[in-house]
Amino acid sequence: MTALGKPPDSPPQLSLCQSAVRQCVCVCVSVSYPPSSQSTMADTARDPPPELSDFQELQDGEDLFPEPSAPLESGPASLPAEDISTNSNGPKQDSLFDDDPEDLFAEATEEVSLDSPERDVLLSDGPSPAITPITPPCSLITPHIDMFTHCSFDEIEEEEGGDSFDMHISVSDPEKVGDGMNAYMAYKVSTKTSMSLFRSQDFSVKRRFSDFLGLHSKLASKYLHIGYIVPPAPEKSIVGMTKVKVGKEDQSSNEFVEKRRSALERYLMRTVKHPTLLKDPDVLQFLESSELPRAVSTQALSSAGILRMVNKAAEAVNKMTIKMNESDAWFEEKQQHFDNLDLQLRKLHASVESLVCHRRELSVNTALFAKSAAMLGNSEDHTALSRALSQLAEVEEKIDQLHQDQANADFYCFSELLGDYVRLITAVKGVFDHRMKTWQKWQDGQILLQKKREAEAKLQFNNKPEKLQQAKDEMRELEGKVQQGERDFELISKTIRKEVSRFEKERVKDFKTIIIKYLESLVQTQQKLIKYWDAFLPEAKAIS
Amino acid sequence: MRSCYGLICGCGALWDVVSALPLQPRAVNVDLQTDATLQVDISDALSERDKVKFTVHTKSTLPNFKQNEFSVVRQHEEFIWLHDSFVENEEYAGYIIPPAPPRPDFDASREKLQKLGEGEGSMTKEEFTKMKQELEAEYLAIFKKTVAMHEVFLCRVAAHPVLRKDLNFHVFLEYNQDLSVRGKNKKEKLEDFFKNVVKSADGVLVAGVKDVDDFFEHEKTFLLEYHNRVKDASAKSDRMIRSHKNAADDINRIASSLYTLGTQDSTDLCKFFLKVSELFEKTRKIESRVAADEDLKLADLLKYYLRESQAAKDLLYRRSRALVDYENANKALDKARAKNRDVLQAETSQQLCCHKFEKISESAKQELIDFKTRRVAAFRKNLVELAELELKHAKVTMT
Repeated sequence: MTALGKPPDSPPQLSLCQSAVRQCVCVCVSVSYPPSSQSTMADTARDPPPELSDFQELQDGEDLFPEPSAPLESGPASLPAEDISTNSNGPKQDSLFDDDPEDLFAEATEEVSLDSPERDVLLSDGPSPAITPITPPCSLITPHIDMFTHCSFDEIEEEEGGDSFDMHISVSDPEKVGDGMNAYMAYKVSTKTSMSLFRSQDFSVKRRFSDFLGLHSKLASKYLHIGYIVPPAPEKSIVGMTKVKVGKEDQSSNEFVEKRRSALERYLMRTVKHPTLLKDPDVLQFLESSELPRAVSTQALSSAGILRMVNKAAEAVNKMTIKMNESDAWFEEKQQHFDNLDLQLRKLHASVESLVCHRRELSVNTALFAKSAAMLGNSEDHTALSRALSQLAEVEEKIDQLHQDQANADFYCFSELLGDYVRLITAVKGVFDHRMKTWQKWQDGQILLQKKREAEAKLQFNNKPEKLQQAKDEMRELEGKVQQGERDFELISKTIRKEVSRFEKERVKDFKTIIIKYLESLVQTQQKLIKYWDAFLPEAKAIS
Repeated sequence: MRSCYGLICGCGALWDVVSALPLQPRAVNVDLQTDATLQVDISDALSERDKVKFTVHTKSTLPNFKQNEFSVVRQHEEFIWLHDSFVENEEYAGYIIPPAPPRPDFDASREKLQKLGEGEGSMTKEEFTKMKQELEAEYLAIFKKTVAMHEVFLCRVAAHPVLRKDLNFHVFLEYNQDLSVRGKNKKEKLEDFFKNVVKSADGVLVAGVKDVDDFFEHEKTFLLEYHNRVKDASAKSDRMIRSHKNAADDINRIASSLYTLGTQDSTDLCKFFLKVSELFEKTRKIESRVAADEDLKLADLLKYYLRESQAAKDLLYRRSRALVDYENANKALDKARAKNRDVLQAETSQQLCCHKFEKISESAKQELIDFKTRRVAAFRKNLVELAELELKHAKVTMT
């Protein structure tokens, strides 16, 4: 199926893009999905690698990664030639778009669906040849891709004009299903969207926590090693879950469920904000289909879980032994940057958590004090003073509630965000590590090739024709592998650059919004405080 | 870090705390002029390694003093000596003895300073200076408080019409040599302990006796309950204020982390971070000031009245004791009359008891009424100030 690379549609595409003056600024997330002809290839063995090589060569001379501050207009100028199709084009386009969010619709002149060919390449590229193909996801992909069949290429172009990244996912209504140790919480995942990618505008499904973990592990296996930053899923908590299963209807288990619910919501929103991940059939299936096969391998105590742990340990050891010869200063700087950021965020996270803890303590103590002041007021026999003291008690009680709310705001707003980012940065670091591994593989291949060459030279010298042929074959194979390794490495480096820039932008946006929300809550608290003390003052003055 | 921390406090600068606790014990009848005859204050204080030296400054027109204005240096133990001499004096059994000032306690603060010194290497320069400033401010606050407590004690004594005439008091004020009052050694402390045990046992016994006078009966029940509740409220308010201070500390740490993040970040987030960090700094300052004010107005008030109510309880105890003695003496007299032996002796002792009891009752009544008035006024003032300060701080935070 080598026809994969250039679908029949591509020539018109080419001319279209060459004539395009302005690049589409549309949130091309929703843009295009592969014409049906591509669907079947998902099952077959992969041919993308040779494809990739074609695409790569096109871009060799270019700096694919425009400066974040570069105006959108200059971007497209350099794009047309490469637009044809590098499968990394899709995300890059999006990153360009991200540069000028204000211009989002102002510049949406012509949309060029350049992504069509790349999209399907990406899809089938999922389990790359470098890693053992994962068959289960494939079987899941097939039934879903049928959904795309109804869209022809022409339709895609029109729809792009109206689509925007308008997607809102909410996780709500946790309910306990089942009893005893087999009980679990089912969450309702509702999606509201106007994107054409989905069957309908508003739909919801029921999911449980292990479904989310399953989704994450699928995405991770598909995308992490080629350099995409996959948002990490919320962590498993055996203690918390057991409490819920046992059925304790108390404050802490409610809090646990609430915490988990909001974490899941954030996870999903982050996942769909990623343009590549959004189009992933697994994600789409997760959001839409009513029945999902049980992701058993995410259970903590299963064999898969233990295997994971062993793998993690092995990887950690390997990481220490790989000494990479970093030729690209950008990567070094970024790695440094992320290390620093990680450190700072962890520290900040710890401080915020401690603040939350102390505020909760403060609220508890204020409540106690309020009660005690009320009793004092009761025992006081001077009426005005007694009344004033009971008023004081009331004020303090209200303040305690206020502190409690503030603590909640602190927590849900600020601290969780920081926790998420700490985990995200770990994912980013993971991606960098994958890059190192890819480099290592490439280098290993090269060394092996070198050895084989020497062996071949020796054979030639000794004049052993049969062995020579065999050696030549082996060498060719190896050469192919080495080239592949190099290409992989280049690819992953490029992808990482894009991902990192997207990540940074998201980070900036996220932090700004959250901090502003948090500050607003602080202001509100102060206002309420003023109100309460204002009410108390005349009472205190009235003591004769 | 443990070096001398000298501090000169001007009078005027002091002391909401002092002004918060009223100095006029008698409600309306007090002639303000009588205050002019004896004015005592602490004009200066020096904090040394393990003691604090107070400079007690007196202005007086009373004839028994050699000069009109003079100062002496006193230490905490001398204050305690003065207080104890009042307590032990039988003549003053009928009065509420102003509670002794608490011992100046800088241990906690010193420990923190030391820890900070040891941890100097592990934190950045800015963090270190910031924490040092905080600790210094804390130290200063504790210092001011203890000076205020001592001053209040002296002023109460000076304002009391009977106690101010006490000879020990005059010696305390005037004698500019060292009073050579040593702190109680172990033996004496043990004696004190036993005395307290006996006293509390006695107190329980005596408390069971129903009083003849309704007023005192009412006061007794009231005071007991009130004392307990004040104790409770005082403890809880302490805890609340401590949490508040912890929260303020956390905000401080957040501010510095944000600052580091801001300086390191290269995106436009950095300016944002820096601004937010400044905001947090400001918030923290205000929060810690709120905590300190709460501490001052509320907690100190409650603590002081805890001690005062204890002193009032002691008064009542003494009175009950006297009553019991009186009744016992009556019984003894009756027995003696019945046996017709030692009648005169019994009579004199009964007379003595009766006299004592009546004296105590009389002054106690007045004292307790004053106590109530004082208390009401103090609470009012403090609560008003507390509310006003909270309002002020909340408004400042808003801007």
